[in-house]
Amino acid sequence: MNPELVIVGVLTSGIRLATPYLYAAIGETFGQRSGVLNLGVDGQMLLGAFAAFYVAFTTGNLWLGLLAAIIVGALMGLAMAFVTVNLQAVQGISGIGFYLFGLGMSELLFKMMLGTVETVKGFPIVSIPFLGDIPFVGKIFFQQNIMVYGAFLLVPLAWFILNKTTLGLKIRAVGENPEAADSLGVSVARIRYFTIILGGILSGLAGASMSIALLNVFQQNMTSGLGFIAVALVYFGAWRAWGVLAGALLFSFVNSIQLWMQVLNVPIPSEIAVMLPYILTIIVLVLTVSRVRPPSALTKPFDRGD
Amino acid sequence: MRSKLDSFVDALLPVFATLAALGVGALMLLILRVNPGEAYGALWEGAFGSTNAIAETLVKSVPLLLVGLGICIAFRASVINIGAEGQMIIGGLMATQIGLVFTDLPGWMVIIMAIFAGFLGGAIWGGIPGALKAYFNVNEILSTVMMNAIAVQIMNYMLRGPMIDPAQLEKASKIPQTARLADAFRLPRLAPTRLHLGFVIAIALAILVYILLWRTTLGYRIRAVGQNPHASRYGGIRVRRRIVTALLLSGALAGIAGAIQVYGVNYRMITDGSSTGFTGGAGFNGIVAALFGQLHPIGTIPASIFFGALLVGANKMQRAVQIPSALIGALNGLVVIFVVSSEMWRNKRQKDRLSIESDVVNMGESPSDDPTSTPEEVLA
Repeated sequence: MNPELVIVGVLTSGIRLATPYLYAAIGETFGQRSGVLNLGVDGQMLLGAFAAFYVAFTTGNLWLGLLAAIIVGALMGLAMAFVTVNLQAVQGISGIGFYLFGLGMSELLFKMMLGTVETVKGFPIVSIPFLGDIPFVGKIFFQQNIMVYGAFLLVPLAWFILNKTTLGLKIRAVGENPEAADSLGVSVARIRYFTIILGGILSGLAGASMSIALLNVFQQNMTSGLGFIAVALVYFGAWRAWGVLAGALLFSFVNSIQLWMQVLNVPIPSEIAVMLPYILTIIVLVLTVSRVRPPSALTKPFDRGD
Repeated sequence: MRSKLDSFVDALLPVFATLAALGVGALMLLILRVNPGEAYGALWEGAFGSTNAIAETLVKSVPLLLVGLGICIAFRASVINIGAEGQMIIGGLMATQIGLVFTDLPGWMVIIMAIFAGFLGGAIWGGIPGALKAYFNVNEILSTVMMNAIAVQIMNYMLRGPMIDPAQLEKASKIPQTARLADAFRLPRLAPTRLHLGFVIAIALAILVYILLWRTTLGYRIRAVGQNPHASRYGGIRVRRRIVTALLLSGALAGIAGAIQVYGVNYRMITDGSSTGFTGGAGFNGIVAALFGQLHPIGTIPASIFFGALLVGANKMQRAVQIPSALIGALNGLVVIFVVSSEMWRNKRQKDRLSIESDVVNMGESPSDDPTSTPEEVLA
């Protein structure tokens, strides 16, 4: 095959495949910055993916599908917020509960409401005027579908909100020192409700990006643990939006290269290639933890004592 | 100082949590226009309706119990091990390899070696995140998740490559599975059912883990680290080493679960590409069982049987009222959420009692000998 074609192919799908990681990991970043570890991302993604697919499949309207994913993600987030903020449950374990719930529930609904694997015509490729016409670069960056653009726009947006707005300041304050934030009149509960629901919505969108924009099918456990990787990416990216982007691209590019190696019949076992980003993540975690400190109140419930 | 009644109420909390989850399940069934009575009736029938059903329930409970025992040790040390899936896989792979290599040895010897290999494989797979947490401060939740993903790929690679059944190499299908183990290597069955010796091994290990945690110095130290790492350090306990020990043992028990799954149920290893294809989700459901058993090894025995029954009964329910067995998976998730949510209520009451009983802050507080108390950091 023409080497230039292969390179463009690897890069194009590398950008594409970063999409679900970005939605989910940016959502998780908001939660963790406010002191909440959401381990249920994968479950939220699966339910979001199913909701989006089912609505898009039955109505033929992809936007309604997205809306469904947002609603389902928000509801999961709301439940999680209640459990973590009001009931002060251990976040690491309740998150596993939400994961198991989403995993089982999405399979149950899939079997009851669809029964077989169907496909939808997902979001089409939108070529950005002028930019899309640039040779090489245009094909890679500016001929993608709308969910991909959205994911990449989310990164600077999240950076801006977290670092340049009062809301972001409040979120960070609640994650670093909830007692101080509380004494300054910031409602810790309200901020955490906001970030956890936002995280749920973005996880729902992450799932939708898989089921109605990238793969255009729904299958049981179709995320196969991607949501857990998203949680790791937040640590990997040292709780910063740009760091998360770097991690997401690392995963998506290794995935893309591995897929292309299979297409081209490269005689390296694909399992080894799939394994690499996980090993790399562990190594990066080892190298960064000594330098970067997680938000001080991460996983600690806040009790006003009243 | 806990009154009998308080302990009794605390012990019942998971039961209430489960009843609540089953209640939500009943509601879901009503929405799906299925009679909950009929569905749960079929579930009960499938789990306990005949000798075979009971045997299947017990068979299903074995990996849950073994994983759950490991979870008891890890969570008691305030280490959250969600890597049991991977630990089962590596344990299973190493155990299988023993049976494929030492074909000439007597069966009992191979079985003992295989269980030890499972122990070792799981210990390595749990020990690595343990060491990373203790010495490099790497969050064990993340590293165990990564180790799960790596284990799945190792399994897929081994079963498609080096360990593939030679017979499959000649077929076009090339099913990724090992050769079948020799009949002599199978774990003996206990009755004319599929119930195998692994059940007895698991019960024995539950007793051993109880003794380890509450009757040995090592267990005392592990629990001390879980309750208060700072005080433990002042008390001369090597906290880092105990964290590694806890995750290592936790992984080892999951590894044994993997070995027993191969030698007691499947007699070979086969992959569908995912971890649950081999583990049946025991790596996660074992956490549910351990939480239900209040992180107590003996309590985890009935808890595992209960969740084994749910999983086995779910299949019958699927056939009888056409409700996918995934419903039980979703309900298991709810049980976890409800159990950890109800902890606050219990802790509040404990705190109230403490504030009445003493105003003294006890620096060198020793871990309670009361098995129903839970480590502060994990279940705070």
